[in-house]
Amino acid sequence: MAGQSGTGTSATRRLGILVILMLAGLAFCGLWFSAEDVVQGSTVRIMYVHVPSIWTAYIAFGMTAMCSAVYLSGKNRSLAWDRVAGASGEIGVLFVAVSLVTGSMWGRLTWGTYWVWDARLTSTAFLFITYIGYLAVRQLGGTHRQRARRSSVLALLAILEVPLVHFSVSLWRSLHQEASVANPNAKVALDGLMLFSLFLGLFAFTVLYVWLLLHRQRSMLLEDSFADRGLDVAIAARRNEAGA
Amino acid sequence: MSNAASKRRVAIAVARKDLTIEWNSRILVNQVAPFAAIVMVLFAFALDNEGILQRVAPGLVWLATLFSMLVVIQRSFTVESADGALDALRVAGIDMGAIFVGKALALMVQLFVLELLLVATAVVLYGVNMTLAGFCEAIVTLVVATVGLGSVGTLYGGLAAGARGRETLLPLLLLPVVAPVLIGATRATEAAFGSGGTTVSEGWPWIGLLLVFAVLFCAVGTVAFGPLVDE
Amino acid sequence: MDTVIQLSGVVAVLGQFPALAGVNLEVQRGEIVLLQGPNGAGKTSLLRVCAGLMPIERGTGHVLGIDLATNREAIRSRVGLLGHTNGLYLDLTVMQNMQFWASTVGATDSEIETAMATMHIEGRLADVKASQLSAGQRRRCALASLIVRRAEIWLLDEPHAGLDAAGRDELDALLRSAVTSGATVVLASHERDRALGLATRTVTIDGGGAS
Repeated sequence: MAGQSGTGTSATRRLGILVILMLAGLAFCGLWFSAEDVVQGSTVRIMYVHVPSIWTAYIAFGMTAMCSAVYLSGKNRSLAWDRVAGASGEIGVLFVAVSLVTGSMWGRLTWGTYWVWDARLTSTAFLFITYIGYLAVRQLGGTHRQRARRSSVLALLAILEVPLVHFSVSLWRSLHQEASVANPNAKVALDGLMLFSLFLGLFAFTVLYVWLLLHRQRSMLLEDSFADRGLDVAIAARRNEAGA
Repeated sequence: MSNAASKRRVAIAVARKDLTIEWNSRILVNQVAPFAAIVMVLFAFALDNEGILQRVAPGLVWLATLFSMLVVIQRSFTVESADGALDALRVAGIDMGAIFVGKALALMVQLFVLELLLVATAVVLYGVNMTLAGFCEAIVTLVVATVGLGSVGTLYGGLAAGARGRETLLPLLLLPVVAPVLIGATRATEAAFGSGGTTVSEGWPWIGLLLVFAVLFCAVGTVAFGPLVDE
Repeated sequence: MDTVIQLSGVVAVLGQFPALAGVNLEVQRGEIVLLQGPNGAGKTSLLRVCAGLMPIERGTGHVLGIDLATNREAIRSRVGLLGHTNGLYLDLTVMQNMQFWASTVGATDSEIETAMATMHIEGRLADVKASQLSAGQRRRCALASLIVRRAEIWLLDEPHAGLDAAGRDELDALLRSAVTSGATVVLASHERDRALGLATRTVTIDGGGAS
């Protein structure tokens, strides 16, 4: 159970230390130990942040969809499913933003432009906007259950739309027969150590996601409990109106 | 009366009601169509090059459609909340899926009329020349794209309707979702118009994409509208 | 005797505000129950809860034997609610509104005619756009829609408001005849004298609770 003074427990503290160690390891491998790319030089190192970010974002959004489906499938499911879905959505948006920024930086360093209209970047931008919309709908207010039902349906709609948009955008870009050289992260030849660093990055970011998720869904629980506590007070106050 | 028959009856009644409201108030003809036409003219000011205009005419038609669609959708739900009519339907236990189908149908009809107008405007303003095959393809594109737009527009329109600053959510929620329609419809219309040397046959795969979108959101919308809009 | 509404310790919220803070209510079939109380007491919310529109946060409730916590959608087709709005489409005429309403609830043409005649909105008035009607005339339209619904429970929120004297008499006659046909009526009203003459029982709502 969450501690009195915050959302941490001994488990999350241990997890947090693991995260720090792994990120440190990633920084070591990525920034110093692994080799430079033949073509791109040192700029390839952005890959160790860019690729894990988008990977983690996909995990996060998948989690949102799954929790939303579970919430909707039962007659009286626990609101915890909705909280996890919402927390996961927030973290996913964060990681997509990181991915877009690092992708843009990478493009600037390698090809001189901040943005290229390649399929993956464009789809990622749409992914970002779609889930910003999801977060906006979560803020619409109402009771916890109303918020949960609305957001859950929307999360499932989003999971439907995202592949459709991705597919359309890919078809669209394929018309222009662009060489994959326009995509900075396509033609990087990965040697053993680089591959290892990449997987380390994927693993580290996933653990980071879990740690963030645990904390955020607990802080959401605290927010909701606070509101409910407020309801008890409000009920008592309301009944007192009658006497007056 | 059986459940399916009553749902069909409700859907038709709702569609007829929405179209009658439009016929009585003439918002589409008097306000939205001129707005869309002005948008097309403004594009010409902004782009300032007849060659380019002719080349991008399909894209402009669909952009103008999407922007005008936002207004039409909001109007569709304003009439429901003005005197609590949709609430009254909910209280009466009317099936929300049937209401969705009815409103989506009415929206599709209005959008189709609007798009015909915009295509005609493009032909006039941007110097587009279509063959007969191209014209047929254009009509098919319009129909299939409109089914998709009508479904997804009604679904998100229902969510964004109502009080407290929800209306501004509609563009944010809707425009990312209709990206496949914009992409597909524009490419298909390019093929129909023959812009930039595209042949008519190149458009049909894109119409396939539009068909997938339309079927998907018709089905999903019927099921999701109730939970999304209900209290 | 047949209990059509049974609420026990019901709490219902609007956002974070407890509109109902623990309501107990029992209504038998064929009663005309008057809900009295100051503004903001929770009368409207109570009616909406009974209509299956508002969810219950705490407590238990049954309407027509249906559990409000799990299955409130099923109640809706069997009760009629007249709220503060009239449910009209302002760009349609009275006749178009009534015909739409009838086709959604499956009523026949003769039923519409009877309902419109009962509320005196037929004839010349039928072709007037709803936006051009007075408040009282709109109220009559809403009541006509309710007649066509053939609901088992009539939930009315300030039904007399906006009606002229003749309209109020017609409403009272309408409610009495509905009860004779087997319906139950729960109405919230500020009109003490008139409503007291009509009601079989009075319930006072205050601070989200009933006594």
